[in-house]
Amino acid sequence: MNIEPILVPAIRKAVAEVFSTMLQVEVVEGERGIESSTPDTNDGVVSFIGLTGAWAGTGSLACSPALACRICAQMLMTEATSVNEEVLDAVAELTNMIVGSVKNDLEGHVGPLGLSIPTVVFGRNFRTKSAGSSEWVVMRFHWQDDILVVKMCLAPRGKNLHVVAHAPAPACAVDVKI
Amino acid sequence: MDADILVVDDSAAIRKILQRVLRQTGMAIRTIYEAGDGQEALDLLKSQNVDLVLTDINMPRMDGLQLLGALKASPQWRQVPVVMITTEGGETKVGEAVKLGAAGYVRKPFTADQIKEKLVGILQPVPLL
Repeated sequence: MNIEPILVPAIRKAVAEVFSTMLQVEVVEGERGIESSTPDTNDGVVSFIGLTGAWAGTGSLACSPALACRICAQMLMTEATSVNEEVLDAVAELTNMIVGSVKNDLEGHVGPLGLSIPTVVFGRNFRTKSAGSSEWVVMRFHWQDDILVVKMCLAPRGKNLHVVAHAPAPACAVDVKI
Repeated sequence: MDADILVVDDSAAIRKILQRVLRQTGMAIRTIYEAGDGQEALDLLKSQNVDLVLTDINMPRMDGLQLLGALKASPQWRQVPVVMITTEGGETKVGEAVKLGAAGYVRKPFTADQIKEKLVGILQPVPLL
């Protein structure tokens, strides 16, 4: 089964619903594509949630520290000027809701799926690597000048065991102007 | 009578949002207690009475289903309504929660109106004729 035609509308719907409900914000869909498992270098905030069942995979959100602070400020109606625990928690919960919503849509196609507890990484010059040969569906969403990247991969279990490993550079506190 | 509500979620962000949303509903609420997982909720309930528990399902240490099971097995707490609040839309975990005695569930993401609609009927049941 080609999962991309199922994932793309599910991600689109989930992002729109979560942003409009929890942040009262409309985001605009940007470019989308397919990425291989080639590791890429990240700066900023990246969160992951594992999906498991007859199919298994990972859902991921990535954004700049400025956008993470903006998400937190809008979601919690608070002030967030640097990436702290509250900001990371807000991004984790946003990931949980978006990937959870996609999971609910996917279950009609691939059967029941379990959802792990989210992991959030914040730093500079770190790489994320997935073991296995899965391809990621990558979608970008614009909130004015900020970009949120949503990535998901899903494959039949046993075909592509999917593990996310982190090779972080030392985490650093960054003051962010928003 | 003003209600005391216990919010259980491992996400401090969601607990903060629920504090705000519950106040926005205009329902008569006295105190909103918070716990970060099922075990913390059970520990808090040793010293606090509450009228309703609003709990996430997926949590570390003790999840919402385990908390629900523990409350429904307790003579002291089995009458307290428990509402699940979760990203889970599938029938598996929600169905399990209903079987265990959950009073209802609210799916994340949620609005203040959805929370109010669910809780008003539970906290202020329509009197039987």
